[in-house]
Amino acid sequence: MAGIPHDHYKPKTGMQKWFHERLPIASLIYDTMTFPTPKNLNWMWIWGIILTFCLGLQIITGIILVMHYTPHVDLAFDSVEHIMRDVNGGWAFRYLHANGASLFFIAVYAHIFRGLYYGSYKAPREITWILGMLIYLMMMATGFLGYVLPWGQMSFWGATVITGLFGAIPGVGSILQEWLLGGPAVDNATLNRFFSLHYLLPFVIVGLVALHIWAFHTTGNNNPTGVEVRRKSKAEAKKDTVPFYPYYVMKDLFALVMILIVFMAIVGFMPNYLGHPDNYIPANPLSTPAHIVPEWYYLPFYAILRAITFDVLFLDAKFLGVLAMFGSIAVMALAPWTDTSPVRSGRYRPTFKIAFWILGFDFMLLMWCGAQPAEGLVPLVSLIGAVYWFAYFLVILPILGWTEKTLPIPETIEADFDAHYPPKPNATK
Amino acid sequence: MKKILLSAVLTFGMATAAIAEVGETHIEDFDFSFEGPFGKFDQYQLQRGLQVYTEVCSACHGLRHVAFRTLGDEGGPHLDAETVKAYAASNFDIYDAEYDEDRPAIPSDKFPRSGLENAPDLSLMAKARAGFHGPNGLGINQIVKGMGGPEYIASILTGYTGKEKEQAGATFYENTAFPGGWIAMSPPLSDELVEFADGHSNDSHHLAQDVAAFLMWTAEPKMMARQRVGLISVGMLMLLGVLLYLSNKKLWRDIKRKS
Repeated sequence: MAGIPHDHYKPKTGMQKWFHERLPIASLIYDTMTFPTPKNLNWMWIWGIILTFCLGLQIITGIILVMHYTPHVDLAFDSVEHIMRDVNGGWAFRYLHANGASLFFIAVYAHIFRGLYYGSYKAPREITWILGMLIYLMMMATGFLGYVLPWGQMSFWGATVITGLFGAIPGVGSILQEWLLGGPAVDNATLNRFFSLHYLLPFVIVGLVALHIWAFHTTGNNNPTGVEVRRKSKAEAKKDTVPFYPYYVMKDLFALVMILIVFMAIVGFMPNYLGHPDNYIPANPLSTPAHIVPEWYYLPFYAILRAITFDVLFLDAKFLGVLAMFGSIAVMALAPWTDTSPVRSGRYRPTFKIAFWILGFDFMLLMWCGAQPAEGLVPLVSLIGAVYWFAYFLVILPILGWTEKTLPIPETIEADFDAHYPPKPNATK
Repeated sequence: MKKILLSAVLTFGMATAAIAEVGETHIEDFDFSFEGPFGKFDQYQLQRGLQVYTEVCSACHGLRHVAFRTLGDEGGPHLDAETVKAYAASNFDIYDAEYDEDRPAIPSDKFPRSGLENAPDLSLMAKARAGFHGPNGLGINQIVKGMGGPEYIASILTGYTGKEKEQAGATFYENTAFPGGWIAMSPPLSDELVEFADGHSNDSHHLAQDVAAFLMWTAEPKMMARQRVGLISVGMLMLLGVLLYLSNKKLWRDIKRKS
C-alpha cells in the first residue's frame, strides 16, 4: 500500500538548499509534523502524545534524580530520603518520577485498548503493533528495575519474587536467575545492574518509539472507522485528512493539559497513594512482608501468574504460571493474525464489542485479584479471568471473524466525518 | 471533648499485610489540620508533638533521617534558630567519628538512631504505616476519609485495652489498632504525662494526636511546599486548559463547518 500523498518540504533559500542536500533533517521534521492525519480521530487518539510526554518526563526527572542517588545497598534508601529532604525540589522530582510511571502505564493501557477496539493492529499495521508490544515489554522491565532502586522492603522482595520467576524455568532456571542477580541472592550486585539497566532501557524505548512512529507514518494512522485514507491523489487524500500540525498538535496539547491537571493533583495532594507504604521501610532480607504485591500496573499479569495453582504432567505450577504470564502478552502480540475479521473497527462489529468490553472488565478484575492475597476465591477468579484473556485472543477473535454479522462501514473517512459535521447547504466545498 | 470518639471506627485494612494477618484492626479517623489540599500543618501542634517525642518516644525510637536544623523550617515546627541550637545541644549527644567521642548535638546533626534494637525508627513511620488499601483492597478510605499513617500512629497510641500476656519470655500488650492484636511496646502515653508550656490539654488522646502530627511532618517535611505546588500548578494548568480549549475550538471551526 502506497503512502498517503502530501506536500513535501521544499528548501527555498540558497542556505536551505545547501543544507538540505547535505542533511535533509528539516525535511524529516516538516514531513513528520505536517503528516496527513485522518480528520475523524476521536479522543482515544490522544494517548500517543501523552506517552511521548511521559517518556520525556521520566527521562528528564530520572536524569536529575541520578545526580543525587547512590546505588549501594547501604546507601540507596538514605540517598532517596536525602533527595526528599535536602535536595532543592528533590521531593518534586521524585514524586513526578514515581507518579510519572503510573501515568505512563495508564496511558499505555488506554493506548493498547484503543488499538484493540479499533483494530489498529490489523494489516498493514502489524509492525507498528509488534513494536508497540516491544515498547510495552521494555516499559514493564524499566518500571520493575526502577522500583527496586529505592531499596525499600517492596523493592527488595519484589526483586526477589520476580527474578525467582526465571528460576522456575526447568533446567537453566537457577543458572539464569543467578546470572540476572549477579549472585545467589538479591544484593549489591543486583542493585547496581538494575540501576545500570534502568538508565539504559529508556533510551532503547526512545529508539523503539521512533520506529513505532516511522511505521505508522508509513501506513498512515488508523481511525475510528477503520477505513483507510484514500491515497490515489493528493486532492483525494486531502478530503480525508488534516495536517498533524496544527490540528492535532493543538488538540493533543489540550488533552495533555487536562490529564496533567489530574496528574499534578495526585503529585501535589496524594503522591504516595499509588505506591506501597512498605517501600518506606528499608529493605531487610531477614523480614519478609506478609504480602508482597507489585505496583498496580503489573497486577493483571501478576494475577495470571498466580492463577495456575496446579501441576500439569511434568510441568510444575510455578513454571506454568510464568508461561501463562508471558503468554498473556504474547497472545496480544499475535492479535493481527488471530483476528480474522475483514472489518477493522469494533464500531461496526456488534458481537465483538461485547467480547471486547468483557475483556476490559476482565483486565480490571485481574488487576483487583493481583492485589489480593491468594486465598479464598481469588485463585479461582484469577483462573477464570486468565482463561478468558487467552480465549479472547486465541478463540473469540478467530471465530468472530468468520461468524459475526457486521454492520455496514462508511465508504470513506470523509463520508463518516460529513455525517457528524454536515456540510453547509451553500458551502462551496 | 475528643473523648467522644467519632462513631466512625472503621474496619481498615492496614497495609495489605494486616488484611492477610488478621483482617480487622480498628483505626480511628482523627481530624488533622493538614488533611486535604488546603490543609496546613499546625506549627504549634508540631512543637507539642516534638515535645512528646523528646520526653517519651525518644527513649527508644530514633529519627535518623531528620536533621535538627529542619525544626526551624517554615512549614514545620518553625522554631527560631537559637531554640533549635539549644534544643539539639540540651537533649541529644551525638557520636562524632572525627574525634571518636560523644558531644552535644548541633543543628546540622541528625536525630540519633533508635536506642532499642526492636524499636523501629520513626522518621518515615507515618508513610510506612499509611494503610492505603481499605476497604476491600480498593484503597478508597485514603481519598474519602483522608486516612493514613498519622491515624494509624494515633490509634496505636490510644488503642491499648489494658490486657497483657506473657509469651516466650516477653510481655505483649493488647492493642486494637495493631495487626495481630498484641504489640510488644508497653503503653507509652498516659494522661498528663507531658506538661505543655502553653497549657494545651494533655490527656493521652491529645498527646497521641500531637505526636502523630509531628511524625507526619518528619515523614513528609515538604508537605506544605508540595501542596502549594499542587494548588498553583493545577490552577495554572486549568487556565492554560481554557486557552487551549478555545484555541482548539477556533482552529477546528472551519474543518467542522461550525462557522
